[in-house]
Amino acid sequence: MPLRSLGLRGVAIGYLVVILLGPLSMVFWRTFEHGFGQAWEAISAPGSVHAFELTLIIAAIAVPANTVFGVVCALAVVRGRFRGKGLVNAFVDLPLALSPVVVGLSLFLLYGRGGWFYGLFADHGIQILFALPSMVLATIFVSVPFVAREVVPTLREIGNEQEQAAHTLGASGWQTFWRITLPSIRWAVVYGVVLTTARCLGEFGAVAVVSGHVEGKTETATLRVQDLYENFNLPGAYAISLVLAAMAVIVLVTMTVIRPREEIA
Amino acid sequence: MVRLAASAAVSVAVPARERASSALSLGFVTGFLSLIVALPIAALVWASREDGASGFWDAVSSPEGVAALKLTLVMAAVVALVNAVFGTLIAWVLVRDRFRGKSLVNAVIDLPFALPTIVAGLVLVALYGPSSPVGVNVYGTRTAIALALLFVTLPFVVRTVQPVLIELDTEMEEAARSLGAREAAVFRRIVLPNILPGVLSGVTLAFARAIGEIGAVVIISGNLPYRTELSSVFVYNRIQSGDRSGAAAVAVLLLAISFVLLLAVGALRRLATRHDAAA
Amino acid sequence: MSISIRNVSKQFGDFVALDDVSLEVPTGSLVALLGPSGSGKSTLLRIVAGLERPDAGAVHIADEDVTGHAPQERGIGFVFQHYAAFKHMTVYDNVAFGLKIRKRPRAEIRGRVHELLELVQLEGFASRYPAQLSGGQRQRMGLARALAVDPKVLLLDEPFGALDAQVRKELRVWLRRLHDETHTTTVIVTHDQEEAMEVAETVAVMNRGKIEQVAGPVELYEHPANEFVMEFVGAVNRLGDAFVRPHDIELSLVPNGTTREAMVVRVVHLGFDVRVELVRDDGEAISAQLTRDEAAALELREGQIVYVRPTRQTTFVRD
Repeated sequence: MPLRSLGLRGVAIGYLVVILLGPLSMVFWRTFEHGFGQAWEAISAPGSVHAFELTLIIAAIAVPANTVFGVVCALAVVRGRFRGKGLVNAFVDLPLALSPVVVGLSLFLLYGRGGWFYGLFADHGIQILFALPSMVLATIFVSVPFVAREVVPTLREIGNEQEQAAHTLGASGWQTFWRITLPSIRWAVVYGVVLTTARCLGEFGAVAVVSGHVEGKTETATLRVQDLYENFNLPGAYAISLVLAAMAVIVLVTMTVIRPREEIA
Repeated sequence: MVRLAASAAVSVAVPARERASSALSLGFVTGFLSLIVALPIAALVWASREDGASGFWDAVSSPEGVAALKLTLVMAAVVALVNAVFGTLIAWVLVRDRFRGKSLVNAVIDLPFALPTIVAGLVLVALYGPSSPVGVNVYGTRTAIALALLFVTLPFVVRTVQPVLIELDTEMEEAARSLGAREAAVFRRIVLPNILPGVLSGVTLAFARAIGEIGAVVIISGNLPYRTELSSVFVYNRIQSGDRSGAAAVAVLLLAISFVLLLAVGALRRLATRHDAAA
Repeated sequence: MSISIRNVSKQFGDFVALDDVSLEVPTGSLVALLGPSGSGKSTLLRIVAGLERPDAGAVHIADEDVTGHAPQERGIGFVFQHYAAFKHMTVYDNVAFGLKIRKRPRAEIRGRVHELLELVQLEGFASRYPAQLSGGQRQRMGLARALAVDPKVLLLDEPFGALDAQVRKELRVWLRRLHDETHTTTVIVTHDQEEAMEVAETVAVMNRGKIEQVAGPVELYEHPANEFVMEFVGAVNRLGDAFVRPHDIELSLVPNGTTREAMVVRVVHLGFDVRVELVRDDGEAISAQLTRDEAAALELREGQIVYVRPTRQTTFVRD
């Protein structure tokens, strides 16, 4: 039996190396293959700096928006009484199963020429497509599910007895929410925020459709990686990727540290 | 993560103030979802009708589009099956085995959730492309697509099977052994039937993810029409060449598939708990 | 199909679960392993079953050394405290499992399963799932399942521990009757001394990884080998060095030579028995047990002064 388990373990780890770890190690190697200098040049180029800034700005809008939505939605679904919960759940889960390109296209069709909302914004000189607003909308769309899906099971498990106790002791709705509900779902929210952030930083397909890829204006870090690659600037592509991978590792570490707390709480 | 049924929330008479605030939050939720998700999807469906039923059919049945769809579905199915086997295996090792560095391995499983897909595509081409340090070059082949899709779908089956395995009553396996069942029979008759819903829901999620993937495949696959062009890339190209209704038609098809898959996952979740004792 | 446990030891890290334990279980007998949690009784049972490996010692079943054998190879039947029901299979499939594994013909399986379901009084439940059964029914199914393969020995690990008191009592009687019919060598683990005394012919009292005494219920009660056994198999008063059973405390309304004064603190009516809690003149708390009639004759009330003396006591020599 020990031999058998050794075999299974070997196969499992072997698979992970071939599919996951091997490729990941390449980003470290290739970036510094030609020395620090080239890598630094690629990261500090104005286009790259702008790309990172843009990625962070989009995340800074999308993550709080989805956090607030996620918590309110979870509360409504678990504690509220209304018909159509199935529909709400379906729409919240949809981005998980939907291709990012389809997401981008749907925004393209809604806000682009001939779309329902085109006139609304064009008449006021506000540009949605090929500009920040559509990129934010696309990123919010694809990262909608995460906070809600983490909070819902936690809320269900906790039940509302604590809140009832708070009410009997005289707490108002807001006080109860702030002092009782929110702390009880705290770790689920944090975990959901981490997942949302990772998704926002990594978004590619939807933003690729709506952004127009204008360097220095509407290129996020992920779009820039593709751009650099297609212009045969491999060192540049790897360098940006390294920064993104480093962010991913931080996310991963945070997830690992938080997960046990999330499961116990 | 295992979530067990909770104590049922006891209903209490709801004062007017609370009803107002719950109406407010419901309004916010539906408003947000409409703006962000529902309206764009509606616009998509609407646009696909632009050229009528025949236009829709023409767009969907274009040879290149059909080839892309076939490839997408086949690759997703292959990858889903590979995940069913290896994902279950990895979950088994993570739950039942004990070795140094296991928690590290467990953490690494989530990497595809954390890493931008374009970076995944880049490193895959670095390792398995023209300048591969291990001499493996699958650039522009369907194998490359498979590798990219396996990367991004890795966590799904593992993470749906793990909690089920953790919850599994090992006494059932001991009972089976005490009744004379060999290890293979114990796995086949006791473990597998109980983890199957978990495997299936992970497989379905992996399948849905694989169908929509673009970032990881766009570099390494070469995107050769009829050979290595997936539906996601096909739709993207249609958009770039201005064929919006054509893109919309195929996109709606993909949307419908995603929707069906979501329903399947929901059904599987209910299936999984059907044998659990009531309270 | 006797069981012979010879010098078995087992440690879990620093914790010594079993310390050089030996026990003989004769063919056809029903032996109880009785002891508090941590005494090693479950560990011992699982070692006999092959679900644990001993660090030292040997286990023989039907005169065959099975120490190195897997559970599949020992021909045992095991019943778990929490039933270990195959929740994805019907009651029929659960009971038939061992027979299906042995590839018995379908007709034979059908006959045997229904025979057993009748035996455990679950006839109509064949197509139900465990989730639809009560705890007691699940455990009866567990017994039927274990018996289906005609085990050489039957091993029960606190089989009634998860059940209600009433169901527990019923199943005890039922198990005894079952054993009288089948005569399968049986070992039952329990922490409930009443259960052990009621069900088993021989009881092995265990404490901290060792067997303290192996004897029949009467012997155990009347002639306990040491303090631990005496205290574990029944309520006991400790008066200095002497151990006195509650029913060996005599109460009278008038003093005589050897009696001591005591005050009634509480009178508890437990149906036929009456328990009287007293405090002796030297402050010792005493629990006495009287019959209903005896208590009535004394007309006991709280605060009353009575006179007590032990009619029988036991002391143990410390070695």
